[in-house]
Amino acid sequence: MTGPPLLEVEDLRIDLNYRSSHVAAVEGVSFRIDRGETFGLVGESGCGKSITALALIGLLRQPLSIGAGAIRFDGREIQRLSAAEQRALRGNRIAMIFQEPMTALNPVSPVGRQIAEMFVLHQGKDWREANRLAVEALASVRVPAPERRVKDYPHQLSGGMRQRVMIAIALACGPDLLIADEPTTALDVTVQAEIIELMRNLCAERGTAILMISHDLGLVANVCRRVAVMYAGRIVEERGSDDIFRTSSHPYTQGLVDSLPRLGSRAALGRTRLTEIAGVVPAITDFPDGCRFNPRCARATDICRTTEPETTLLSAGGLVRCHHHA
Amino acid sequence: MRLGANLIIGGALFALAVIVGLLAPWLAHTDPVMDANLLNAEEPPSWIWWFGTDAQGRDIYSRVVHGARISLTVGIVSQLVNSVIGVTLGLTAGYWGGWWDDFVNGLTNLMLAIPSLIFALAIMAVLGPGLTSLLIALGLTNWSFTCRIARASTLSLKSQGYVQAAKVLGYGDLRIMITQLLPNMVGPIIVIGTLGMGGAILAEAALSFLGLGVRPPYPSWGSMLSEARDQITTAPWLSIFPGLAIFLTVLGLNLLGDGLRDILDPQSRSRRT
Repeated sequence: MTGPPLLEVEDLRIDLNYRSSHVAAVEGVSFRIDRGETFGLVGESGCGKSITALALIGLLRQPLSIGAGAIRFDGREIQRLSAAEQRALRGNRIAMIFQEPMTALNPVSPVGRQIAEMFVLHQGKDWREANRLAVEALASVRVPAPERRVKDYPHQLSGGMRQRVMIAIALACGPDLLIADEPTTALDVTVQAEIIELMRNLCAERGTAILMISHDLGLVANVCRRVAVMYAGRIVEERGSDDIFRTSSHPYTQGLVDSLPRLGSRAALGRTRLTEIAGVVPAITDFPDGCRFNPRCARATDICRTTEPETTLLSAGGLVRCHHHA
Repeated sequence: MRLGANLIIGGALFALAVIVGLLAPWLAHTDPVMDANLLNAEEPPSWIWWFGTDAQGRDIYSRVVHGARISLTVGIVSQLVNSVIGVTLGLTAGYWGGWWDDFVNGLTNLMLAIPSLIFALAIMAVLGPGLTSLLIALGLTNWSFTCRIARASTLSLKSQGYVQAAKVLGYGDLRIMITQLLPNMVGPIIVIGTLGMGGAILAEAALSFLGLGVRPPYPSWGSMLSEARDQITTAPWLSIFPGLAIFLTVLGLNLLGDGLRDILDPQSRSRRT
C-alpha cells in the first residue's frame, strides 16, 4: 500500500502528573495500523491500553498528558491539530465504542435521534434526512423493525441492542478507524459473538480499520490480524494473531496463552488446573528497574533486573521486548 | 399511566390559579380598584360579597381574582429569569471548571450570604416600587439554588459514559451542554423552579406587605394582606382570603414540582408502563 499508514504511533509516552512528579504510565509504545486492517491491543487492567486509546483521539485530560512521541493519523500529527480540527476527526473519521453500552447512550434521548445527530454534526444534513439515515443505520446493524426502534429510549433496549446502537452511531459517518475498547465485556457470551461478528463484517464491508482493545487474548486474536500485548505501560510483543498462540516469544504472552482454558486440553496434557502467572502487576509509581516483567518472570536473570530490553525484530515476523525471548 | 396524586392535586391548584388569573375580568364581580363604596365597607362574606368587602367597600373576591394576575406574573417571570441565570452559570461553571467555576462559586456564595429578601429590598429601594422593579429584584436574587443544582448535576453527569461518548464522537462543548447535560438535569431544575416560583410569590407578598411591591390601590395578594393587617381582629376575612390564595397557589406549585419530577425521569416512566 502506498502513502502513509492510517495510524502511526511512534514512541508514545503518557505521563501521569501528580503534584510535581511525573510518572510514565505508558512508555515507548509504537505501532501502526494500515487502512482496513484489524489490530488488537491486549493487556490486563491498568496496563495503559485504554489511556493509549484516549491519547489517539486527543482526549487525555489532567492528570494524564502526552509526554513524548507522535501520533499520526493519515500522516497528520494529532497533537498539532487545533481543538476544532480534532473534533472534526472524532466521530467522523475516528470513532469509538465502549465497554458499557448501558451508560454510553444518553438516557433522555431516543436512540434514533442520537444516531441522527452524527449526520447533522459531521455531515451537515438536515434533521429530516438525518432521521431517514438513522433508520438505515439501525437496519444495517440488524436491529429488527428499525423504523419503530428509532423512537425507543436506551433503557427500553437490551444490552446487545444498545451495543448495536453504539456501533450504528460509531459507524454512521463511515470512519476510517474504529476503536473498540472492550466492546463486549459487559455482554453475555452468545451476544458477544454476534456483536463481534457484526462489527467485523460491517468494518470489512466499509474498509474501516479496527483497533480492538481487550484483556481477552482469545477474542482479540479471533478478530484481529495483528496483536500487540501490553504489560505495565509497554508493548512487550507484537505478532500476527496466528503466530501468537503457537510461537509466542515473550514470557508474559506465553503465560497469557497458557492461562487460557482450552476445551479438551486438560485430558490431553494431563493437567488438573490452569496455569497462572505468579505475582501481580506492579503499581504505576513502582515499576521495577530493567524489564518490568522481571519480578514475575521464570526466565529472569541479572540483566533483566538492571537493563531495559530493547525491541527485537523476530525472523518469523513481529517484535518482542525481552532479553531471553524464545 | 398513573400520574400520582401530587401531580394531579398540584397541577389542579396551579391550573386553577392560572385560569383565574387569565379570566379575571370575566370572573370578577366588580372592578377591583374603582368600585369602592364606603356604604358597603367591611361587610363579612355573604351571598352578595363572597369574600366580604374591605374598608373602602371593595369586593375582596374581585380583588383576589385580579391579584392572581400580579402574583402569578411575578412568580413565573421572576423564576424564569432566575432559572436562565442559574442554569447558564451553573452549567458552564461545572462543565468548564477552572477560574470561571471559582468565580461563579464565589458569586453564588455571596448571593447566599446576603438574605435574598434584603437584597431584593435594596434593589427595590434603588429602582422604586412597582411591578417592573419587583420582577427585576426577584429575578436577580434567587438564582443561587438553581445555579448550585445545575452545577452539581453537571459535575455528576460530566463523568457519565454518554457525556464522554459524546466527546469521543466529536460533539462540541455547546452541543454537549445542550443535548447531553441539560436534558438530564431538567428534573431537578423544574422541581427547584416550581419551588422557587412559590418562593417568589411569597417574596412578592412580603415586599408588597412592606410597601415596596405593587402599589395600592392595585391588588396583589401581598398588598391586600398589608392593607388588612390593622383589621385582622375585626374583619379577619380581609386577610384570610388573600392568605388562602397565596397558600393554595404555593402548595399547588410545590406539589406540582414533586409530581413533575416523577414523570420527567425516564427510568421511573418505564417502571410504570
